[in-house]
Amino acid sequence: MADAAPILEAKGLHAAYGPVRVLHGIDFVVNTGGVTALLGANGAGKTTTLRAICGMVRSTGDLMFDGRRINNLPTEAIAAMRVGHVPDGRGTFMELTVEENLRLGGYTRRDSIEPDLERMFGYFPKLKDRFRQQAGTLSGGEQQMLAIARALMIKPRLLLLDEPSFGLAPLIVREIFGIMKQIIATERTSILLVEQNASLALTVADMAYLLETGKIVMSGSAEEIRRDESVRRSYLGY
Amino acid sequence: MEGVLHQIISGIATGSIYASISLALVMIFLATHHINFAQGEMAMFSTYIALTLIQAGVPYWGAFVLTLVFSFVGGLVMQRTLLEPLARAPVLASVGAFLGLLLIFNNIAGWLFTYTLQPFPTPFGTGAPILGGMLSRHELGSTAVTLVVLTAVWAFFRYTKLGLALRGAAYNPVSSRLVGVPVARMLALGWGLAAAIGAIAGMMVAPIVFLDPNMMGGVLLYAFAGALLGGITSPLGAVVGGVLMGVIENIAGAYVVGTELKLTTALVIIVVVLVVKPTGLFGKALASRV
Repeated sequence: MADAAPILEAKGLHAAYGPVRVLHGIDFVVNTGGVTALLGANGAGKTTTLRAICGMVRSTGDLMFDGRRINNLPTEAIAAMRVGHVPDGRGTFMELTVEENLRLGGYTRRDSIEPDLERMFGYFPKLKDRFRQQAGTLSGGEQQMLAIARALMIKPRLLLLDEPSFGLAPLIVREIFGIMKQIIATERTSILLVEQNASLALTVADMAYLLETGKIVMSGSAEEIRRDESVRRSYLGY
Repeated sequence: MEGVLHQIISGIATGSIYASISLALVMIFLATHHINFAQGEMAMFSTYIALTLIQAGVPYWGAFVLTLVFSFVGGLVMQRTLLEPLARAPVLASVGAFLGLLLIFNNIAGWLFTYTLQPFPTPFGTGAPILGGMLSRHELGSTAVTLVVLTAVWAFFRYTKLGLALRGAAYNPVSSRLVGVPVARMLALGWGLAAAIGAIAGMMVAPIVFLDPNMMGGVLLYAFAGALLGGITSPLGAVVGGVLMGVIENIAGAYVVGTELKLTTALVIIVVVLVVKPTGLFGKALASRV
């Protein structure tokens, strides 16, 4: 299902917050059209990896997007290359309406975004009901849906998803992952999914990497990772 | 009774000028969480530019437009060169910069244009007052200009993509960058807009109070009180609060404390709002669920 050339490739990626080093030279790829899961516990460096990709934290090593080195480019320049980001904490524009959140998501677009608004309502009918409502009044699950829809408005060639399950009730998580499967099947976007909930992430991913304190300790197809005895014990819990 | 009505109507006229400055303050506050104490002096300086142009023979509305352009560019450049480097500095650095700008503009204006009061022309004529003698032509004209400006600003923020990006950048700079909004440029644009709005207020108030480097001191105080009264986080509140301050100032001046002490009503309002309802009339402690 994935093309030969990866859309994103990290080689020896280091990242630090000032003197605090978080990533110690990690390698991974996101195949074009594929879904890569980055798994690991709290503090392993998953969110930092996403922040390095979109220029929110300084990095060294190589981050190649579509064959071009993108380390430390301004965040808005990365967005202009159509990298959609569902950030840690969802990044909702609380004061703006649902509609305005989605329109801002399409800020870099030069073409009409109206058809895409309709498409988002297809995935997330709940957002249609709340179209003119202030986004700060949405529930956590609805805000997560809004964050995903907002990132899709950029027509992403690469979609970065930071813990879409975070802080949500199991039922809502299942709903959101159900919609995500639908999105993966319909949109031709490549995805880098960061999750603590490994068993959930492995249901949608085709490749997976396991991150422990800033180092990749295991990688392989989602299938291999799921079968691995030590992963099963430490991360899947059965 | 007619006296009260007169005070209210002319209060609305001056209040609409305060409202412009209130709005400029709120715009900067939303984007930076600072009050630009130099907003009034910037407006005063712009008004001197207008006067210089008019004295050089430029027709009033030509000078008006040129002044807006000058103020817009000036605000933009100030943000990029002076305030952008302070974005990550502690709050006091920004406060110091704003106060510094206030003094610099005041002194440069005094140095270039002297401290003597100068008459400033009105484009609306000086004929007999209208509305049964309650409102001068200038008051009516300046209220109309302010209303048009405020409506245009509102429509810009509400209906244009750029306006939406400006709001997004003010409310949530991190998420804005992630969707590709150049936040630094938006901040500079906001400064330019605020400076231009302030310039209009300066040019509208100068024919009433006469132009001098200290012209905007009182105006800024009323405008700040108005912004707080309406809610420092609410552009609509700023406008309503500014107009209310004009009326309160007039009523208090005529019937309560007298003209000498009426500036204190602004201070009283500032203190009362901060103690009783810090969010103001329209400002909201934001509703959010996590």
